[in-house]
Order: sequence, then structure tokens, then C-alpha cells
Amino acid sequence: MDRPIRVLVAKPGLDGHDRGAKVIARALRDAGMEVIYTGLRQTPEQIVQTAIQEDVDVIGLSILSGAHNHLFPKVVKLLKEEGIDDVLVIGGGVIPDEDIPKLKEAGIEAIFTPGTSTKDVIEYIKDNIKR
Amino acid sequence: MFEKNKLDSIEKTLKEWEETDVNKAISRFPERKEKFETNSDIEVNRLYTPLDLKDWDYEEKLGYPGQYPFTRGVQPTMYRGRLWTMRQYAGFGTAVESNKRYKYLLEQGQTGLSVAFDLPTQIGYDSDHPLAEGEIGKVGVAIDSLKDMEILFDGIPLDKVSTSMTINAPASILLAMYIAVAEKQGVSKDKLRGTIQNDILKEYIARGTYIFPPKPSMRLITNIFEYCSKEVPKWNTISISGYHIREAGANAVQEVAFTLADGIAYVEAALEAGLDVDDFAPRLSFFFNAHNNLLEEIAKFRAARRLWARIMKERFNAKNKKSMMLKFHTQTAGSALTAQQPDNNIVRVTIQALAAVLGGTQSLHTNSRDEALALPTEESVRIALRTQQILAYESGVADTIDPLAGSYYIESLTDRIEKEVMEYLEKIDELGGAVSAIEKGYIQKEIQNSAYKYQMEIEAGDRIIVGVNRFQIEEETHKDILKVDPEVERVQRENLVQLKKERNNDEVNNKLEALKEAAKDSSVNLMPYILDAVKTYATLGEICNVLREVFGEYEQSVML
Amino acid sequence: MNIKERLLNGDKRACARLITMLENDDEKAISIIKELYKYTGNAYVIGITGAPGSGKSTLTDKLAKEFRKKGKKIGILAVDPTSPFTGGAILGDRIRMNDLTLDKGIFIRSMGTRGSLGGISKATWGAVKILDIFGMDYIFIETVGVGQSEVDIVKLADTVLMVMVPNLGDDIQAIKAGIMEIADVFAVNKADLDGADKTKLEIEMNLDLNQQMDYRPPVVKVSASRNENIGELVEKLIEHRKYLEETGKLQERRKENAKLEIIKLAEEELLNLIINKSLEDNLLDNLAEGILSKEVDPYTAKDRIINLINQRRG
Repeated sequence: MDRPIRVLVAKPGLDGHDRGAKVIARALRDAGMEVIYTGLRQTPEQIVQTAIQEDVDVIGLSILSGAHNHLFPKVVKLLKEEGIDDVLVIGGGVIPDEDIPKLKEAGIEAIFTPGTSTKDVIEYIKDNIKR
Repeated sequence: MFEKNKLDSIEKTLKEWEETDVNKAISRFPERKEKFETNSDIEVNRLYTPLDLKDWDYEEKLGYPGQYPFTRGVQPTMYRGRLWTMRQYAGFGTAVESNKRYKYLLEQGQTGLSVAFDLPTQIGYDSDHPLAEGEIGKVGVAIDSLKDMEILFDGIPLDKVSTSMTINAPASILLAMYIAVAEKQGVSKDKLRGTIQNDILKEYIARGTYIFPPKPSMRLITNIFEYCSKEVPKWNTISISGYHIREAGANAVQEVAFTLADGIAYVEAALEAGLDVDDFAPRLSFFFNAHNNLLEEIAKFRAARRLWARIMKERFNAKNKKSMMLKFHTQTAGSALTAQQPDNNIVRVTIQALAAVLGGTQSLHTNSRDEALALPTEESVRIALRTQQILAYESGVADTIDPLAGSYYIESLTDRIEKEVMEYLEKIDELGGAVSAIEKGYIQKEIQNSAYKYQMEIEAGDRIIVGVNRFQIEEETHKDILKVDPEVERVQRENLVQLKKERNNDEVNNKLEALKEAAKDSSVNLMPYILDAVKTYATLGEICNVLREVFGEYEQSVML
Repeated sequence: MNIKERLLNGDKRACARLITMLENDDEKAISIIKELYKYTGNAYVIGITGAPGSGKSTLTDKLAKEFRKKGKKIGILAVDPTSPFTGGAILGDRIRMNDLTLDKGIFIRSMGTRGSLGGISKATWGAVKILDIFGMDYIFIETVGVGQSEVDIVKLADTVLMVMVPNLGDDIQAIKAGIMEIADVFAVNKADLDGADKTKLEIEMNLDLNQQMDYRPPVVKVSASRNENIGELVEKLIEHRKYLEETGKLQERRKENAKLEIIKLAEEELLNLIINKSLEDNLLDNLAEGILSKEVDPYTAKDRIINLINQRRG
């Protein structure tokens, strides 16, 4: 692949713990991707609009506050309403195992929990982008 | 500390030992690594000897517990007199549920309360704000008005407990609510003991629950300093926090450096507002992280105490001994917990807690093993508390003061950390102080670099995390974790509707209008106005919105 | 609807996808622009440049809001550097523009430089055309903040806004680096800091040195983060536009820039041709070795490649 993969790294919700999001942003950049980083406190609506304008291949969502069950599916729902089906949505953060099946069902295709290697995330993205 | 001829002799015998025994050992079995380093990239020698403390002066560097420069501790008898305060941070869901948890913890022998608020509360949004969606009651208790606060402390006598509140941007409002609850219990302000975190600078740096820009935020903080020094004299008005800076990825040196830099900025702001240093400085307290590198962490706490004492005495001419004492709360490192084999976290927490105790902490929160998975269950919280109790009552480490003092390694490391922190403080002074260094993104960038390096070391296998990149096992999915009832959101919103019907709305508007006018004049102390507003059951969100109108909102500075 | 119709209908996804295609050198994007080129010409292009840390993004955010009040539709192209080592980039300018994301009359696109050195990327020229066809009234281009080499923006913008800040110690530097000549409007940002007046004065003094100007670039003190004086800055930008339009200089400038663009495009194509042709049979490698062993000199080597291209074309 000679075009750079474009990834939106977004923090929905109110939590300010962006260590993971920033580390992953840098790791993706170092893997040759273009990373759009939008900072804290993003609403699902903002995330989807940004994804549209930036025409990203991937949306990576990070939440540590426990609000993932509400906010992750909402992003996917809004994407569907916009008719977007070629964007890979993945999530990370403090996410209990038992929540993961429901999130996957809702369309978040992979969930990365604490301890995940950035290499695994990079590999996953490269193998799973949709265009 | 040692005589010259003795040192010469040691130098000679050390060299002999290296050339004979060590070389022989290495030629047979090379050492595990070429270079050993602490978490702050300080190189660790094979052996420390009196040679490492050649010009070291006991009285200058250490002195005695309760005496300047307080390296050995802030009280003369330390834990022989009174153990540290065991304080578990807790709070979730509604005020009713959190109130139950507090009563449980007090029954279990906990000696102080530590209140966690949910994110909307921390950012000054009521539960009916669109951005609050999905967040209500998640990481702490939701407080919309004095009504919730009354429920939170129902049946808990506020003259008997000390309460720590993790609240920053709206700290003045929550403190006002606490004072109002106490008044209703018939407890006067001067009897209240506790702490508000109230540390906005580290919110900009690391934790993210800011509301207003630096200038008005610093004003709110100095308003609290001034108000409490007169009205709530036993209250710790700020907890200058390195904890979150460390969690964001800083190393031990950076944790101390950026925390003290923030401390300096608060002192300067208060002086600028016309306060006398000895009026407010005794109520400043600190909050540090206890990480895995046991010996570096112990040295870190000791170095921090000595540095702060010198800064207060030499830079700010404090006269009162209490102004020079760095008293601190410690929490074990959340970011060091692993989601893999979570029971191993009990052992990590034990080591970290030991570091805090050997470092002379005033109070301690031990994390629960399952916090990398979700909010802790009651059982995990109990084990975490028991860990502290075992250290206190069984290990013997609390029976003599600063037992590692005089260790060649600990003292060299304490000196080294002190020196590296000083270098950072000079750099930050050059940038115009902490506020300016934050606005330029310098501090954030330094932390991110450390965080990235740490992660890359783990991925390269240069840094071993047991269960994560070595000694892994196939794991079942973890069940038995605490869930916040999704009903919280609905209940909280309904209560808000009800409240707005019942209260006297004219009175609310009058007090909010008065607060707004006062906010426009930067020479006015806002605490009395906030207290008035709170008592009318004006909501947290309403009060913050008034201040947002006057102060504006902070825009994040990100350097990636 | 095909992508052309969607673009003309104001579909943001179509606009975004076309920019992506263009960035990835997709020939289809070029042919679409060719076909729709007749719809360009409405947009006015403002380049925003200045040193790193001068607050360009925050200022762009505030300017966009001010122009929105006038009912104008705004396209923003925010360029950040691509790492020459990995080809990756972190595009973080949107952090300052989060409020604009949901505004239907605003389209923001972050771009990596992808090897270009002039402060904007190769695809920025085309992206401006796409945003113009898309119906934007104003297009802001926020250049990379490298400070001294952002000269390309002059070749693309109708008006260049230079953002300066006090106390960076770079004012004199900038003047030396010849940046004074490219600015049509100066903003001294962070005007609440000490030294803002001094910076303004230094700029004015340098402008005094240039006697032949019939248009003197205004210097406006603003505070983007406090949203102060943005209105005045907008007025100055509009005045510059009027000046260009009334004196006929806008046409002159655009014609000059069109020439430069043709040359640039031709240059790129020729370069591609040279490299591609020379890769055949390792010609470039062989010639380079020949130069080292003195079998051939660089001038003759160049002639051989050019001849080769001419032969195969003819």
C-alpha cells in the first residue's frame, strides 16, 4: 500500500486521560499513517463529522471513564445514518470483558484493553481497513 | 561523613574487588543487562559505598524528623505516634449509594473519607447537560446541588471525619456545599477537617477536567486560600498533585519537578494577591504516586520533602516551619495495574504502598486489583485496605523513622533526584513559570515523550511487565466486576427537575446575579458569593455557567 | 448520483473523497477537476502563515467564526508536516477548531505535507479547486509552522496573513528571512503579552523602509485565544481584497500564480518522466557510476537522459 492510511484518534466523553490516545497516535504516525487527533471532550456527532471531512479509513475511540457502552455504539449509529460503511471503528480503554461482545455486535470491530501492544493495533488496522 | 584516609582505603579495596571477584564473576556469568536504570533513566551502579557520599553532610542533608529540611519526615515521631491515614478513594452512582459505601468503609476501620465525583460534576455540568450523557455516576458520585451533598454525608458527623474531595475546577463550589451541609448538622466551619484537590494546573497538564482559563482559575484558588485561612483554618486548601502527572506517563523525576513547579506557581499567585506566605502555606498539601521501582520511589519522596523545604525557605522567605513542610497523600499507581492476571496487582500494590510508607506519607490510598478492568468491587477494596493494615501492624516498617536513611544507594539517589528536579525547575523558570510552560505545551510534551518511551520499552521487551509481556497465560474473561446502575442517569435527571420546581427560583437568580457581578471584579473574593448561591440550591452547572460567561473557557494545549 | 454531482450538490463526503484521491495522485480526481473547472472562481483564498506556536490554528478558528457571521461558507485546509522518515503525520490543527466541526457551512481538511517543503502540500493546489467547486466563499490555508520557508503560500493565496507573536525572538529573524515581502496583512497575536507593541512597532518600521508601496500592509494586534480584535482583522483582510479587486491586481496576481502553477505541474511531470525513464535498465545508476569513474560528466549524463526522453516521445 503506498497511500498513507488515515486514522482519526478521538476521545469521546469527558474523561481527560489521554495518555493511551496520544501514545497510540504517535505509534500510528511512526507506522506511516496520517493521524488526525482532535483532543478531549468530543461528542459522537463531532467525531462522525470529522471522520467525514477527513475521509479517514479508521476511527479509533478511547474511553477510560466507563461511558463506552453509551458512546461507542452511538458513533457507529451516526455513521450508519450518514450511510458510511467503509470506515473501520475500533475502541480502547478500561473496558470490561463482558461488555466486549455487545460492543462488537454494535459495530465496534475490535476492542483493545490495557496491556495491548501498539504493534497489535497497527497490524489490526493494516489487515482490516476497508478500502 | 567519612575520614579521608578511610575513604582512600575504601577506594583501593573497592577497585581490588572489582578487578578480582567481580571480573571473575562476570567472565563466567555476564550481568543481566549492560546498563541498569531507574524509571527516570538514572543509571544504577552495581554497588554503592561510602565513596558515593564523600562530601555528604548528615545535618545538612537530613537533620531530624520534624526539623528542617524534613528529609526524614514532617513529624518528630512519625508512625510511632500515629499511623498514616488510610484513605480509600470511593464514590459512584448516586449520593445514596456512595453514602452507603462510606459508612461501610468507616465500619471497616478506614480513618478518613475520600470522595470521587463523576466527570460531569468535575467539569461543572449538571446531569441534564448533553455532554453528561453516559458519564453520570460512572467514575464517582454525581452532585448537582446541595441536595445531593446533604444525602452524600447523611449520618456522617462532619466534625468527626476528615474528608478529601477530588475536585478541581469547581472546588470552591463543592467546598461551599460541604460547609453548608456542616452548618445544617450544626458543625461550625472552624471544626471542618479535610482537603480539596483544587489543583487546576495538573488538570491542564495531565488530567483534563479543566473549565476556565489559567488566570481566573488561579484567582478562584487564591480566593479559597484566603477564605479558608480565616474561616476554615483546619482545611487543606489544595493538594498539589503529581499523581496524575505520573499516571500520564511522567517518570519519577518529572513527577516531582512538575508538581513542585505547580506549587511554586500557586505560592506566587497567592503572594501576588497580597497574601502572606505563612498565612496560607501551612495548608498546602501534596499528592504523589507510588510506582513499582521501590527504592527510587522512596528516594523520590525524601527528595521532594527536602526540595520543598528549601524552596519555601530560600525562595519565598517563609518563616513558619509548617510552611516548609511537604505533607503528602499517596496513591499507588493506577497505570501500573494490569488487566492480565489481575490478582498479581495485589503484590504490586503492596510494593508501592511499602514505598509510600518508607517514604513517609501522611495518608495512603491503595488501589484495588481489578481497577484495570472496571470500578473495584467491595471485596477488592477490602483487600486493598487490608494491605495497608498488614504493612502498619505486621511488617514492622512503621516502628522506626525513615529506616532507609544512610543507605549509600538511597542517599545518592535522593541527591540525584533532587539535582535533576532542580534542573527542570530552572528550565521552567526560564519559560516564565509553570503556567507559561503549560501554555507552551512544554510540560505536556516532556511527559508524552516519557510515556511513549515507556510503552516502546515494554513492546521491545526491554521492560518486563509480568503477565503482560512475560509469563503470560491464557485467561478466562473476568466477571464479578462492579457495574454502575444505568438508572442513575434517569434518577439524577428527575431529581434535578424536581429541585428546580421546589426551590425559590427568584432567590437563586438573585444570588447568581450577585456572583456574576462579583466575578467581573478580580479583586473580590468569590467564596462568600458562591456559598450564598449554593445555599439557595443553585446547581453546580448554573454556578459554573455564570462563571463561564465571565471567565471564558480553557482551550487545551496539545503538542504531539 | 456520481461523485461529481454529489460534489456540486454540497455533499461533504464527496468533497472529502475527492481530496483524498487527489492526495493519492489518483488520475480520476484530476479528470473530475478538469471537467468541473468551469465552476471555480467564486472562492477567495487566504493563506495564514507564521512561526510555530504563533497561534495560527486558534486564529483560523476565530476568523472562520467571524466570516460565518457574514454568512460566508468557509473551507479550511490545515497543513502539518509529514515525517520524512516514516511518511506518517500527526495532524492536530483541528484541536483548535472543534467548535466548527458541526457547522454545515464549514469544511475542514487536515493535510500532511507528504514531502513538499514550501509549507503546503502538492495536493493543496487541487484541494483549493475542489473546495471552490464545492461552493466555498472563502478558503483558508493554514501552512506548516516552520517559520522561514513557507514561501509557496504566496503562489496560491490571494491574500497572505502573517501571524507574529511577541517575545519569540523571531521577529527580526523573519524580517531577515524576507518574510516581510510576502505578507499582505500582519496579525500580532497574543496581544495581551508584554512586547506586543514592540513587535508591532518593529514591523511598522520595516514597512517604512519600503517607499514604493502603493498598498501598505496593515498591522493588527489581536488575541485569538481571547477572541479580541478579530473583527478588525477581518476588516483589514476584506480591505486588501477590495484593493486587489479595484486596482485589477487580483487578476494580475491570479494570472501570475496560474503561470507558476503551470510551470510547477510541468516540472513535476518532467521530473517523473526523468526518474521513470532513467529507472529503465538502471540508467540512472549506471550514469552515476560513470560520473564517479570519470567515464562521463554530469552534463553529458543529463543530455543522454533528455535525448532518451525525446526519442521515446518522438
